[in-house]
Amino acid sequence: MNELRDILSQGAQMSLVLGLAPLLTGFVRKVKARLLRRRGPPLLQPYRDLIRLMRKDVVLADNASWLFRVIPYLIFAGTWVAASLVPTFGNGLLFSWTADLIAITALLGSARFFQALAGMDVGTAFGGIGSSREVMIASLAEPAMLITAFSVAMIAGSTQLPTVAEFMGSDAVGLRVSLGMAFVALTIVALAENARIPIDNPATHLELTMVHEAMVLEYSGRHLALIDLSSQLKLLLYVSLIACVFLPWGTATADASVAWLALGALVYLGKLTVLGFLLAVFETAIAKMRVFRIPEFLGAALMLALLATLLRFVSGSL
Amino acid sequence: MSSLQFDIAHLLAGSLVLASFMMLYQDRLYALLNVYALHAGVLALSVGWQAYVQQAPHLYITALIALVFKAIIIPVALHRIIKRLGIHREIENVIGIGLTMMAGIGLVALSMVVMLRVTPGADALAREDLAFALSVVLLGLLIMVTRRNAVSQVVGFMSLENGLVLAATGAKGMPLVVEISVAFSVLIAFIVIGIFLFRIRERFDSVDVQALDRFRGERR
Repeated sequence: MNELRDILSQGAQMSLVLGLAPLLTGFVRKVKARLLRRRGPPLLQPYRDLIRLMRKDVVLADNASWLFRVIPYLIFAGTWVAASLVPTFGNGLLFSWTADLIAITALLGSARFFQALAGMDVGTAFGGIGSSREVMIASLAEPAMLITAFSVAMIAGSTQLPTVAEFMGSDAVGLRVSLGMAFVALTIVALAENARIPIDNPATHLELTMVHEAMVLEYSGRHLALIDLSSQLKLLLYVSLIACVFLPWGTATADASVAWLALGALVYLGKLTVLGFLLAVFETAIAKMRVFRIPEFLGAALMLALLATLLRFVSGSL
Repeated sequence: MSSLQFDIAHLLAGSLVLASFMMLYQDRLYALLNVYALHAGVLALSVGWQAYVQQAPHLYITALIALVFKAIIIPVALHRIIKRLGIHREIENVIGIGLTMMAGIGLVALSMVVMLRVTPGADALAREDLAFALSVVLLGLLIMVTRRNAVSQVVGFMSLENGLVLAATGAKGMPLVVEISVAFSVLIAFIVIGIFLFRIRERFDSVDVQALDRFRGERR
């Protein structure tokens, strides 16, 4: 009975993240448009875009290798598995006993590795620029992400996300300055990983500034749909990760009844709305950085994460 | 001492280290001064909390001195000096921000390792305060080393002194006379340095200390 229940819970969360991801992107776009006093596309526009792309034919460059055709599926699979490891409305995740926060970082890292390969595969100049910039950003964001994971793990005593979420929701946390620093560091990493505004603009095709868009310029049809869907999934993953580690209240426990699960789902939707709204406000209020300033911005995240670990080390060893 | 009291003291001392890093990160003079005022404000809060935890009323006076002199008077005076010197442009760093940050993290790690090793007998609050105070002092030295502008070196010196005050309040039974005399000697040092800044400017038409090196024939 328990096995069945776990499988059902895991399946529900996996399909929930897949279904909600385009909606979150649509919501952020809508709020940004309203803040600029535009009407903006309807909330369901990302779904329509995906369906339209699915129907279209794939146009491949003459010199595209087999890797170029396989990579969209690899990226999508890696991102979806990573997203299914983050607790959304309930803590009962079957997969979480096989993989933890470090595995999530590794899955996202390999997805990014394949994306950078795909950018260089066809041999156009834009793909190369995009890949080299993406790898530069990743080389700074990934250590920050890992060290944030370490400092959270030092506080909670585990890298398993459901365990971390349960610990953060209990009274045992106390007042931790390290958690505040880890939160800021994780937010900066999330902005960088999702190609949001101070690092990269998700809505532009300007040659000099684009990073993510430059890499996927050669994709079309269902390949492009899969890549778009995985970047939407990635945004949802990071928002859920921040919600689950730093705002763990209202998440249903592993053995909760159906009513509690429904309540957890409602609270989760509320958290997504609030964080998505904050993201839109932040993106509207700030200007995009020059590429050469990005290392300083991400260096601040790395520094905060290291400092959080050091401070936690002091209070832990006393 | 309850764990919440310790956690709040840890939070405030940790924020002081964070403010030191923010000073290391700033590359504009006015922003540097504002962060310095924040640094002194956090110090005042931290000392005030120590006064409450240790039941030591004279520490409230130390907190008040930190708040009035260091968070208000000195930043305002430095603002006026910068305006009169006409140098509200960017600070030139000797090495890049990334390397400076890494050096700063290294210094913090070093001071924590050293202080936690040499003070196993003291109580938790004093050990933690000493570890953070040493890192604030070392970061202040790092600010002085990495900056060429004489005004930002003064700010580095002042933040170093904040670290000393933190260390002094962590140790129980520091007499008030000592603290007041330290505070006033810093104020006098500040006045002397302020006069020197104008003398340097008159002599070399700049407060970039590289001009001094060149004058002594050390570089180029």
